[in-house]
Amino acid sequence: MIQVENLTKTFDQFTAVKDISFQVDAGEIFAFLGPNGAGKTTTIKMLTTLLRPTAGHIHLDGFDPWVRQREARQRFGIVFQDPSLDNEQTAYENMELHGILYHIPHRVRVERIEHLLRLFELWERRNDYVKTFSGGMKRRLEIARGFLHTPKILFLDEPTLGLDPQSRNQLWTHVKALNEKEKTTVFLTTHYMDEADRVAHRIAVMDHGAIVAIGTSAELKARTNTDSLEGAFLALTGTSLRDEAASSTDAMRRFAQMWQQKR
Amino acid sequence: MGAIYIMWLREVKRYFRSKAQIIVSLGQPTLYLLALGFGFGPVFAKAGAGNYLQFMAPGVIGMTVLFSSIFSGMAMLWDRQFGFLKETLVAPVPRLHIILGRTLGGATVASLQGLLMLIVCLIAGFRPVQAHAAGTPGSHNWVAVPVALIFVALIAIVFAALGASVGSTIKDMQGFQMLMNFLVMPIFFLSGALYPLKNLPRVLSWITHADPLTYGIDGLRGVLIGSWQFNYGWQFNFMLDLCLLAALAAIFLTTSAWLFSRIEV
Repeated sequence: MIQVENLTKTFDQFTAVKDISFQVDAGEIFAFLGPNGAGKTTTIKMLTTLLRPTAGHIHLDGFDPWVRQREARQRFGIVFQDPSLDNEQTAYENMELHGILYHIPHRVRVERIEHLLRLFELWERRNDYVKTFSGGMKRRLEIARGFLHTPKILFLDEPTLGLDPQSRNQLWTHVKALNEKEKTTVFLTTHYMDEADRVAHRIAVMDHGAIVAIGTSAELKARTNTDSLEGAFLALTGTSLRDEAASSTDAMRRFAQMWQQKR
Repeated sequence: MGAIYIMWLREVKRYFRSKAQIIVSLGQPTLYLLALGFGFGPVFAKAGAGNYLQFMAPGVIGMTVLFSSIFSGMAMLWDRQFGFLKETLVAPVPRLHIILGRTLGGATVASLQGLLMLIVCLIAGFRPVQAHAAGTPGSHNWVAVPVALIFVALIAIVFAALGASVGSTIKDMQGFQMLMNFLVMPIFFLSGALYPLKNLPRVLSWITHADPLTYGIDGLRGVLIGSWQFNYGWQFNFMLDLCLLAALAAIFLTTSAWLFSRIEV
């Protein structure tokens, strides 16, 4: 379903993603793990047509997203790391806007919006502005929206960041159920090892822009001789903190972008 | 087509939902109209130039449309900040449709604001009048109002598209502040909205002729007060203003579509 070959992204001097290749099968739940700044989000952005790769090939359901952009876009849904809802519109209007952008016929749209809003327990609040929603409700709405056009692939970039355990639990239950029912391929990134352990069929560990290991949770544990995924993760990526390095390169990248814009 | 419509609808809904904003954004032009209109009135009259309120009312209508439309385009910055922009960037529709819907929505809102400002001007004592051969005030000319709306719409489209181009390019709020000072205010002050373009110092005259808003204001003023007022009505002529604005609208729309299609996040 997703095929990536020798994908590379370079920002000026800094290489965020170094020559990665992997494959995700149809109906699979595939998790991307890695410390901050490992290149997970950059990879997702390239897969979802938001960032042009420096080199390499991507195929989503057989379509190269940089050649057959619209076909590829129609086939995936995405929940971004940070919210992407329109706060000034109601939950229902956000769903409807999405439905129209994704060419869903009127009758299907109405039915499916109701079905998904009920599933994610937002139906009662459908006519409230999104700006009045809590973080968890916004997340649920975004995931419901991501499923609206029955995508073949759903990208989830740290979907549970900042959610309480109840919301996290419920969210993964729904994602798993929809994965089984609608055969949606799910590509996710997370920092919570227990989540990856619980929902993902296969896991790739990314560090410094490269994939250091790929396999099932059991395979990763066996390979590193550890008894938990967290242990395996630390064995693969080391215990040193990345926050500092990552955030300063982020800041530099942002500064470089600003500067380029103003030039 | 669905994408253009839904993006247009979003802008219009947003406008009607913030009623306080509608009033607030009329405040500044109204202040200009009353303070300058009545404040400079006696001097203007003494200089033998006629009624200043009559002269500047089309200017503040243009100002209202300029501010409203250019900000609608720059609202893209807010969408970038709050994330909604990404939802439209990955949608399986040509980005041209997204930007067209947004821009037309912003232009619709700005035109409505212009219309409201025209009503404020009428309440303040402004009257559209007919041209008169002898150079004396003619009779009231209400037919001019719908014709003036053509220019309101053109100004709205030109600057909504300009705002969208800028909004697609800059990424942070500091940039926004800078543009406000170095783009929007000069466009307004150098447009002939507040003073006649006749007998200006040469350099200022060149600059005003390069300002797109000049032609919009000229069209509005020409249509609304004709040329009775000591030749302070038309500076150019109807066709020139119309064609120039239409051409600029096409250029800016194309530019904004191109810049928007290149956005990466």
